Amino acid sequence: MRVKHHPILGEDRRKEDATIIVDGRKIKAIAGEPIAAALMAAGIRVFRKTPKKNQPRGVFCAIGRCTDCVMTVNGIPNVRTCVTPVEDGMVIETQNGLGKWREIR
Amino acid sequence: MKKTQVAIIGAGPAGLAAAIEIARAGGEVTLLDENHKPGGQLFKQIHKFFGSGEHRAGIRGFKIGEQLLEDTEKLGVNVLLDSPVYSIFEDFVIGYTHDGREKAIQAERIILATGASENALAFPGCTLPGVMGAGAAQTMINVHRVLPGKKIIMVGSGNVGLIVSYQLLQAGADVVALIEAAPEIGGYGVHASKIRRAGVAIYTSHTIQEVIGEDSVEGAVIVGLDEEWRPIKGTEKFIEVDTVCIAVGLSPLAELAWLAGCEFAFVPSLGGHIPKHDRNMETTIKGLYVAGDLTGIEEASSAMEEGRLAGIACAESLGLYSEEKARHLKEKVWARLDALRTGPFGERRRDAKRKLMDLMEGGADIG
Repeated sequence: MRVKHHPILGEDRRKEDATIIVDGRKIKAIAGEPIAAALMAAGIRVFRKTPKKNQPRGVFCAIGRCTDCVMTVNGIPNVRTCVTPVEDGMVIETQNGLGKWREIR
Repeated sequence: MKKTQVAIIGAGPAGLAAAIEIARAGGEVTLLDENHKPGGQLFKQIHKFFGSGEHRAGIRGFKIGEQLLEDTEKLGVNVLLDSPVYSIFEDFVIGYTHDGREKAIQAERIILATGASENALAFPGCTLPGVMGAGAAQTMINVHRVLPGKKIIMVGSGNVGLIVSYQLLQAGADVVALIEAAPEIGGYGVHASKIRRAGVAIYTSHTIQEVIGEDSVEGAVIVGLDEEWRPIKGTEKFIEVDTVCIAVGLSPLAELAWLAGCEFAFVPSLGGHIPKHDRNMETTIKGLYVAGDLTGIEEASSAMEEGRLAGIACAESLGLYSEEKARHLKEKVWARLDALRTGPFGERRRDAKRKLMDLMEGGADIG
């Protein structure tokens, strides 16, 4: 959920001007915001599954330190979504284990 | 290879303040940061800062950040963004990457201002999506304008836990409870009163026993603690939440100081292993300075003052300031730092810092 109105920061006038494809689903996002923020706004919480026990993981530190939020972005695995800006048309996938490199298109 | 007079690693409050001081003295500075924007964690601090007018008290953190960025720009500081530093080699050669390529820059002096990261807390369910650092939630609401959840429990009542609880309320979330393992609130009473008045239940002598949920957080079980910090059977309480924020302190990001070969001291009250440094913020390696949370967890206000100290000392060592001029400037910064380190919280930090600096003069280990 986005914080549209804020008593200190005022109105958020940015527009959802980008579309990203998350596990095949189109999601509206703001170009330049971190991928993790766009997913959080869309209510997505599970970003990857662990290699051995297949357990879900999501955002923990949000500043690029913990690497819990890594996903496969445009075919590149282990991308820190909390510090990687959204670009229009990005293809984002929930990462299973250590992920796989993949050619896009 | 690219060369620079002074390289500063980390463009948060300490790094920016240091860069401004050196540029003001006429030095040539390169500021490196792994993020796409400078400012470190200043821009998520939307609350008014404490301290006196000299410390820009009463001004909100992000406004101070904007001022620092304006100054660095005006002074012509060279800022390299999206440039994570991965090591410091011999002769102060700094290795970093940019756009997927390896790069290097050699400096005459280095200032490390790498900051800190949030501590985790281990309990069953602590890895479930929805359990996150309080600072992470703060980044999401105040910088990216996204709510991490609707019903939140905060773990830890230091200033971070208290302030972020209030800011979550401001952003429209429901902070259901704040728990603290110690018998008393850890942070300032003024912050605690504010969230209590807003209706947040505060449980002291309580910890989190487990977090429940299938694919993400669905609830938390808290439990009371006795004087020996042992869980009291029968006091377990289930609270329905979708998010658990962890505010149990920070640890200095000291990897580069270790890699560079700095000597360290273990100071729990400052957050763990801290590179030894003197009153000029110079480490056991000549020409390598440190500033900010890396030298002990404090606040942005003291980080900026430490950055100024390191910057002035660095400029002095390069001959940009006379000894007398530098002494005068440093004394002014020290007076402000001492003023920031007052009160029950500040004095503890001041004592720890003093002991740490004594180590450079051959004092005994802190233990």
